[in-house]
Amino acid sequence: MPVDLEKLRFGTELIKRGFAKMQKGGVIMDVTNAEQAAIAEDAGAVAVMALHKVPADIRQSGGVARMADPLKIQEIMEAVTIPVMAKCRIGHVAEARALEALGVDMIDESEVLTPADVFFHIDKKKFVVPFVCGARSLGEAVRRIWEGAAMIRTKGEAGTGNVVEAVKHIRLINRAIKELENLDEPSIMEIAEKYASAYTRLLESIRDEQGIRRLSKEDVVFEDYTLLEIIDGIFKVLMEVKEMQRLPVVNFAAGGVATPADAAFMMQLGMDGVFVGSGIFKSSNPPEYAKAIVEAVQHYDDPAVVAEVSKGLGEAMKGLDVFKLSEEERMQSRGV
Amino acid sequence: MYRVAVVGVQGDVEEHVISARRALERLGIKGEAVATRKHGVVSKSDAVIIPGGESTTISKLIFREGIAEEIIQLARDGKPVMGTCAGLILLSMHGDEQVEKTKTKLLGLMDIWVKRNAFGRQRESFQIKLDIKGIGPFDAVFIRAPAITKVGKDVEVLAKYDEFIVAAKQQNILGLAFHPELTPDTRVHEFFIEMGT
Repeated sequence: MPVDLEKLRFGTELIKRGFAKMQKGGVIMDVTNAEQAAIAEDAGAVAVMALHKVPADIRQSGGVARMADPLKIQEIMEAVTIPVMAKCRIGHVAEARALEALGVDMIDESEVLTPADVFFHIDKKKFVVPFVCGARSLGEAVRRIWEGAAMIRTKGEAGTGNVVEAVKHIRLINRAIKELENLDEPSIMEIAEKYASAYTRLLESIRDEQGIRRLSKEDVVFEDYTLLEIIDGIFKVLMEVKEMQRLPVVNFAAGGVATPADAAFMMQLGMDGVFVGSGIFKSSNPPEYAKAIVEAVQHYDDPAVVAEVSKGLGEAMKGLDVFKLSEEERMQSRGV
Repeated sequence: MYRVAVVGVQGDVEEHVISARRALERLGIKGEAVATRKHGVVSKSDAVIIPGGESTTISKLIFREGIAEEIIQLARDGKPVMGTCAGLILLSMHGDEQVEKTKTKLLGLMDIWVKRNAFGRQRESFQIKLDIKGIGPFDAVFIRAPAITKVGKDVEVLAKYDEFIVAAKQQNILGLAFHPELTPDTRVHEFFIEMGT
């Protein structure tokens, strides 16, 4: 059959968002080597996140957390047949390009690593590989979607084994979406302007210092986009959110999920799936924990199953009290 | 009342439910499309769809929940069964080394040989206008897609891309390497439903 090769397209929004849709109802697990990746695949994970350290250890060891060793990522890619994701630092275009060149299936532009840019995230529309990004609020989520993220996850507070912050972020986003329902277009345009103001921080600080002229909407503020174009783009995303009454991309829970019941809870709150970071390989019995969490996500609306799979699992990861973390220790504040 | 069940254990289930609903509407058939994660729904349906997702994950869950046996029975009764992407892999009789390595259990309803991730990883995922027999030109989205490398004598090839077969039909079973549920075009779902009416 004749095939029109000129119509062959890669990395379209449909392909990138479509990839994320295939992950729905699934569990994505953090792994640090080929052996852990095999355990995750065997337990029924839909994808793995390749890391050099799980967030709990990143937290403990301190210092600058960067993209994992490509050799390590490659080992993991060779070990499993399911998709492999990897993290780059917020705003670090070169790390992201390197991960794309390695062939990872999705990049997590993640606050778990030390941010490389205090002003901007990556312009993800320019990539063929899809991105997932963290968000604490609808504003953050909508900005990341406008930048081209194909998937959103809550930031939660990674490496704590404490689900409280993930729940907070889910509630904030869900309620903010509900609020849009009864707003008219001019009000949504106002919100778009407010959300877009995060992109003006660089130019604004320069103009302030120079003191000659004020920032205008025609100014190019991020990559080659004017503030006006950004407001318009964000307005369109917001109208889509209002219409669909959900984010227009797949939305996962992440950051502190440690037990099967935690995972089921995330699903009950309307999430499309769950990332489990330190929760599995910091528990006393990773293969059983991994399986139990997959089953709990599967049967999140069946308490008897959640109870059954939670039986005799051994100890969950120890965890941290999020409220005792100092501002610098809170990863979620990174990247707005 | 015509009922299309979408196996809803994992993957892009909702997209199939919406496409099937719209296809029923366009065909003027009074019916419903429902997602199911539990035993007992597929057996009471007139057609079943296995969506895209991760074949390793979906396989584990449908065999554990007893949904696999229900799909096999529905197929034996001559009702339409469609698998897209991961669903295509599960429909097949002959897996490749990736299927074997992951010990993925298959439904074995189509006499076809499949290759998982035949086109490469996500960055090699693509979108192309395909010519599908019985449907016509169709905007097909391939995501870490499998492909059919060989078919048995009872299998009809519906579309090819490169050297690979990407759509095939064996009596009441329809297997696609791509995702018709990701585009608003419902012709594939209409074709599928009409297979059973």
